Amino acid sequence: MALLEITNLTVEFATAHGSLRAVDRVSLSLDAGDIVAIVGESGSGKSVAMLALMGLLPWTATITADRMSFDGKDLLTMNPKQRRAIIGKDISMIFQEPMTSLNPCFNVEYQISEVLAQHFGGKRRSYKPRVIELLKKVGIPAPETRLKAYPHQLSGGMSQRVMIAMMIACEPKLLIADEPTTALDVTIQAQILELLVELQKANGMALVLITHDMAVVAETADRVVVQYAGQQVEQRSVIELFNNPRHPYTEALLSALPEYAKEKTLNAIPGVVPGQLDRPVGCLFNPRCEYAQDLCRQQPPQKSEGVLCHYPLPLKAGSNSHTEVIL
Amino acid sequence: MSPQALIEARGLHKYYTIKTGMFEPNQSLQALSGASFDLYAGQTLAVVGESGCGKSTLARLLTMIEQPTAGQLSLDGIDLGSANQKEVAKKLRQTIQMVFQDPFGSLNPRQKVGDILQEPLIINTDLNASQRRDRVLELMRRVGLLDEHIHRYPHMFSGGQRQRIAIARALILKPKIVVLDEPVSALDVSIQAQVLNLLIELQQDLGLAYVFISHDLSVVRHIADQVLVMYLGKPVEQGMSEAVFSNPQHPYTQALLSATPQANTDRKRKRIRLTGELPSPLNPPTGCSFHPRCQNAVAQCKTTAPVMAQYEDVSVACLLVN
Repeated sequence: MALLEITNLTVEFATAHGSLRAVDRVSLSLDAGDIVAIVGESGSGKSVAMLALMGLLPWTATITADRMSFDGKDLLTMNPKQRRAIIGKDISMIFQEPMTSLNPCFNVEYQISEVLAQHFGGKRRSYKPRVIELLKKVGIPAPETRLKAYPHQLSGGMSQRVMIAMMIACEPKLLIADEPTTALDVTIQAQILELLVELQKANGMALVLITHDMAVVAETADRVVVQYAGQQVEQRSVIELFNNPRHPYTEALLSALPEYAKEKTLNAIPGVVPGQLDRPVGCLFNPRCEYAQDLCRQQPPQKSEGVLCHYPLPLKAGSNSHTEVIL
Repeated sequence: MSPQALIEARGLHKYYTIKTGMFEPNQSLQALSGASFDLYAGQTLAVVGESGCGKSTLARLLTMIEQPTAGQLSLDGIDLGSANQKEVAKKLRQTIQMVFQDPFGSLNPRQKVGDILQEPLIINTDLNASQRRDRVLELMRRVGLLDEHIHRYPHMFSGGQRQRIAIARALILKPKIVVLDEPVSALDVSIQAQVLNLLIELQQDLGLAYVFISHDLSVVRHIADQVLVMYLGKPVEQGMSEAVFSNPQHPYTQALLSATPQANTDRKRKRIRLTGELPSPLNPPTGCSFHPRCQNAVAQCKTTAPVMAQYEDVSVACLLVN
């Protein structure tokens, strides 16, 4: 049985201009030890879907799903107390800005041991050896001297390591990393990604990596979900996706990268991601799609073979044809 | 005779003094030590490095926001250290303009696009209202904005469009040099490509010289003619883009390149692991400032500071290479 199963998750926000569908029928199935990346531009609903899973959305959000279960337990029917026992313990999340997600008023030891005391009971102080062990695990040199450090005394990379230590404190089965390296320098980014994969391998966790950086996906993930305007447009294994993208958006996203450019002018995607008030009829990507036809402008497409498109791009000869169909 | 360089920088230094306490002696922070380069019309110089390496200090010196502590800087053939400073500086400021990283922070939310773009003209030229309007509209069309956008406020635009407004504002005084401080790092991939294309097109049409500050090496590789890699305020490698990227000499450049993720699924690439973090510029390491993180470091690196020297196609500051 899958560790995490989400089927047709939809999140709607009540706004002054009516309801906004930020996440539209998203499905995801994860086993222990999987690394899945969710890629998309800002506004594609990648963070919102995961926040919905964590139960961290404000009251204006309406969450509906056919199924949302974790480790055999149904998250939809669960009461808040039961959910609190899982969130932070079995499922934990790392956020984009390490500087703002740590509490500036408390030192490192307090913040990490608080998680442990919350979920395992006992006194915060009794977890000091465990905190040192965790800090060592995430690669903080001389952890004993860092216990009393406050977040402002740490660099960006160090704060992100502390965040990771906090999140793996309870040995979660599922770790969600929401743009964990976007605010960091490249050399530190490489260190943090390496650390996440190392921890994932050692503990057999499942890892969901939310990012907008295709290069990070290529180097880290096993499976990729591409989101556009709240919808999953393609879900494939990473090698297939990069070698043979089937959705026009995925293809356009890849060919917009400077390293794929064959000449000085880049293959930019015209236009912008549609907002709440200018959603196109039919396929949401049709105004920016170079392959769009009349059908695309009239009817929303259905998912087939893991691709949400009326006219998926052809499979390349020689590429692996037995696509894992998960959608 | 070779054409006149638009920017000629020779050994630029910038030190800041830091007060450490009432009874403590002031410390000096070396934000930039010894940057030298020539930049010609129609060319792009990329300045690469991690945060705290002096990229932004260099931008502040070039745009005359601050004065260099030591070194020579000439813009458009005029030495900034020369006499008659005020007059010259006012004229020169029009030839060098800047585009900032965050298009959400760099535009005044209370001004309409038309006013934002007109302001440099009001201050620096004696054009009348209708001439200013013509110039504003001409430039808005040039960067891909519509005429009706002139009466809108910045919050009504997306990130990519705001960056277009910022580019238009930088170009309105017809500068010869534009300093771009991470112009696309706040933008989504698909929008990033649109803005980069616009920048490349404008450079080709107007013969602009760009100083392109970035930490994204795949973007730099695409747009730059020359690359200057900096570490802790010091240039460590400098040369033509192709030479630096295809055959990096300095261990820091090599590590930076290998740390940059690439969008292909071949995972056999061996990564050079850079351990540790950037040391504090207040207390830089002795000798070569990169030695505590360098995998090739030898005893001599701790004591002797390397100087930039030509090696094959590039200049490198490394004892082992030289």
